[in-house]
Amino acid sequence: MNSATPDTTAVTSDGFPYAGSNISLRERAYRIRRHALRMGEVQGQGYIAQALGIADVLAVSYFRALRYRPDDVRWEGRDRFLLSIGHYAIALYAALIEAGILPESESETYGTDGSRLPMSGMAAYTPGMEITGGSLGHGVGIAVGMALGLKRKKSDAFVYTLFSDGELNEGAIWEGVMGAAHWRLDNLIGIVDVNDQQADGPSSAMSSREPLHERFRAFGWHTQRVDGNDIDAVAAAFDAARAAEVAAPRIVICDTRMAKGVPFLEAREHNHFLRVEADEWQQAIALLDAIFSGKTS
Amino acid sequence: MSHAQPTAAAPKKRLTTSAMIASIAAPGQRTTPAPFGNALVALAGSNPDIVGLTADLAKYTDLHVFAKAFPDRFYQMGMAEQLLMAAAAGLAREGALPFVTTYAVFAARRAYDFICMAIAEEKLNVKIVCALPGLTSGYGPSHQATEDIAIFRGMPNLTIIDPADALEIEQAVPAIAAHDGPVYMRLLRGNVPLVLDEYGYRFEIGKAKALRGGNDVLLVATGLATMRALQAAEMLEKDKIGVEVLHAATIKPLDLDTIIAAAGKGGRLVVVAENHTVVGGLGEAVAAGLLRAGIAPRFRQIGLPDEFLAAGALPTLHDRYGISAEAMARQIRAWL
Repeated sequence: MNSATPDTTAVTSDGFPYAGSNISLRERAYRIRRHALRMGEVQGQGYIAQALGIADVLAVSYFRALRYRPDDVRWEGRDRFLLSIGHYAIALYAALIEAGILPESESETYGTDGSRLPMSGMAAYTPGMEITGGSLGHGVGIAVGMALGLKRKKSDAFVYTLFSDGELNEGAIWEGVMGAAHWRLDNLIGIVDVNDQQADGPSSAMSSREPLHERFRAFGWHTQRVDGNDIDAVAAAFDAARAAEVAAPRIVICDTRMAKGVPFLEAREHNHFLRVEADEWQQAIALLDAIFSGKTS
Repeated sequence: MSHAQPTAAAPKKRLTTSAMIASIAAPGQRTTPAPFGNALVALAGSNPDIVGLTADLAKYTDLHVFAKAFPDRFYQMGMAEQLLMAAAAGLAREGALPFVTTYAVFAARRAYDFICMAIAEEKLNVKIVCALPGLTSGYGPSHQATEDIAIFRGMPNLTIIDPADALEIEQAVPAIAAHDGPVYMRLLRGNVPLVLDEYGYRFEIGKAKALRGGNDVLLVATGLATMRALQAAEMLEKDKIGVEVLHAATIKPLDLDTIIAAAGKGGRLVVVAENHTVVGGLGEAVAAGLLRAGIAPRFRQIGLPDEFLAAGALPTLHDRYGISAEAMARQIRAWL
């Protein structure tokens, strides 16, 4: 499969650019993973396991859920997608490439001097990167302000904010969770990537996280929890989050598997910052291709 | 000018701490009520983008005046300063012009990362206006932001303003609203002394202005220390000591051109006075600027000591820590 295959879909008038696309979400996710692996190879190490794990969620986000215009990333009518977890930038760059916002050729510059694609996401560097994330704990609070700001403007756009289970350690997340519920921000959709990994080890071994579904519900959020690597389940949850007729913020808790899609990387422990040998990157891409095309499993 | 700060002699009756925000006005001094809140309301009438946010401190930052006038443009975020700053950043991203209030201690200490990364790094138009700067509360270190300027001076993109009186606050509100970028402004609230109207003063961001002349001492001051510096200069004048008072309301970017020109004139003692620790504030900013310019006058600092300060009554504390008018005059006499 050649990931540079041109997409035949025209930008639709209502701002869902790939609504009528002939390319499946599963294929989008595969291609996002492929873009991420190629960027990972440039650095030789990094946050590739997170990127592979969240690829299905990003495929649903950019090819089903979000309104935006690939050729006008500041379009006022767009849904805002905030990457609170700045180190997941490699994953978002992959999605932005697949979405036609960034040229695929630029993936060769990932994390290099002068690149628009720094290791940790920054708004000023990259088209389509809404905020500077990376100081973890900011994404929900900023989303609260943007959701309030959109309501002031009587905009019907949504704010999506992607944060992680490790990030739930930060008290500021919970300030934002309470604030969003207090202001009944039904235009705010949170996505938590629960992959049970953070810098020093498993998230579940570091801080009491569960029961996450009950917690968000108790905080007043419209709450769903899905297998974040089941792309149909993610799509259904994103649809429901958007459609729910409740005056409350919405959360989709996504349980994902680190390095999903490349079995020999999935098997590695302590994969928050993954070191991959030079010859393994092409093996990983070949394996990804083979699994997608059904030649292996 | 009248003033009623206690002298060095111990008062007969022990002064009380008073409210959390004790008044800094001397009895009989002319004051203006809630200059920040009223100026913001006046401006917001013609600027619909202005919104107000606070973290359970509307009443104590004079933002309640705005909240009452524009309830649908006021966001009470609860006692959550990190959310306060992040949400202000989000609102600014969507075209609003947020004025955010809390106490200076909470902005500087608790919300620093959120001001730094969510607001300053992205050059967002958020105006952070904070009560209880320096030593303006008798509640002790939990409420005394003695190091807020030192903390904020290291933050790129951030403009820092320390107004001296009610007139300056009124003029600073539209000025910082018009300024493109984030601003941190120290706030005097409640009945705020009115002093600078007698000097024909006009606030401009980034400009230090001479309020009075004098041949013996150049006294560079900011914030409420400027008010005290003017009083000290009058006391010293009676002793035939001439003091020029140069008011630097903008700490960053600092008007070094004006300060260097003044410090280079006539071999005067240069003193910097501020309602802030002597570490990392206006004093050290001026000292570094003069040294970089190759100017090395006799130089002294009036400011709060590098320690956690005591609780108590403000007049007692201002005298003890050297920022009452009498204490300033005493220190300057001793240096001459």
